[in-house]
Amino acid sequence: MKKLLISLFFLAPALALAQTPEFRITIKDHRFTPAEVRVPANKKIKLIVANEDSTSEEFESHPLNREKVIPGKSKAQIFIGPLKPGRYPFVGEFHEATAKGVIVAE
Amino acid sequence: MLSVAILVFRETLEAALILGVVAAASRSVAQSRRALGIGVAAGAAGAVLVALFAGVIAASAQGMGQELFNATVLGLAVLMLGWHMIWMTRHGAAMAAQARQVANEVKQGARGLSAIVVIVALVVLREGSETVLFLHGMFSGGGLTPAAVAAGGVLGVGAGAAVGYALYAGLLRIPVRWFFSVTGALVLLLAAGMAGQMARYLIQADILPGMLDPLWDTSWLLSPETAIGSLLQVLIGYDARPSATQVIFYAVTLTLILLGAKLARPPRLNH
Repeated sequence: MKKLLISLFFLAPALALAQTPEFRITIKDHRFTPAEVRVPANKKIKLIVANEDSTSEEFESHPLNREKVIPGKSKAQIFIGPLKPGRYPFVGEFHEATAKGVIVAE
Repeated sequence: MLSVAILVFRETLEAALILGVVAAASRSVAQSRRALGIGVAAGAAGAVLVALFAGVIAASAQGMGQELFNATVLGLAVLMLGWHMIWMTRHGAAMAAQARQVANEVKQGARGLSAIVVIVALVVLREGSETVLFLHGMFSGGGLTPAAVAAGGVLGVGAGAAVGYALYAGLLRIPVRWFFSVTGALVLLLAAGMAGQMARYLIQADILPGMLDPLWDTSWLLSPETAIGSLLQVLIGYDARPSATQVIFYAVTLTLILLGAKLARPPRLNH
């Protein structure tokens, strides 16, 4: 029993890590694809944003309380949530006219 | 061109407002103007360097290098602002009152000056590097002529600087007997706000837990996207949807600096 508890103790962080669901978004021609991302509510999630443009973009969202510069031709990970069910818009601040998207937590 | 100007203005504004407060708060420190100039120049040079290495920074620390970098810069700025505030409590009032005792002041002033240089450089560095990255992208293919991008950049920086200067000029009009209290309070809130922002970056990097996120939501009342909202965001650390972690960082910083300033207050002179 003790052994089991100890192994659980060491396993728990690894499990928690594995359980953080990942969602991918691509930036190309200053647009996000997909522009709408459905994620589970009340759960921490990890966004992986790949910027395929050669120029930098700044992922920004006031509702999500996040901002991160993503240099050209690179990937960034952003942890968000746990979110209450709802819509959380985000933009690419450097190209706000085209780079728009929304996270839908449900 | 206008879109470039607007974005550069937004990025510049934060640094300009902080500069305005620091410039006003340190006006009685000998040679503080020169310290501001050196800080801006060092920060601008640093911003270009940070932009050049943005990819390297972002990829470091398992992809959380940027958050760590921002948190570190903010943390250092908070320390420096706190120290400057405590230092001004101790020496500022005396300096304003007896501006003639130069010999001692120059020596003491040097320490205050280095804090000003570091604060200004850090603030310019952080906001500047984003501006450099943005402008670089615009130059290398944003569908605008280089001249238009350059003009937008100059216009944006100019407008940001103008607002910062207006704040500075406004603060200088405050009567002397309230001046130290007002600028002191502003520096204090500035530092607390930066500490809150620092917590936000550490939460974003999943280094700190974002407890009770959000603790409140006042975006219906005052959105951070409005002019007043973003102004208050810079000046007093207003956040429409902070987590409890951020609020704790804010409150602890506020308390520690106040306590430090109280302890550092010189005893009343008896002659």
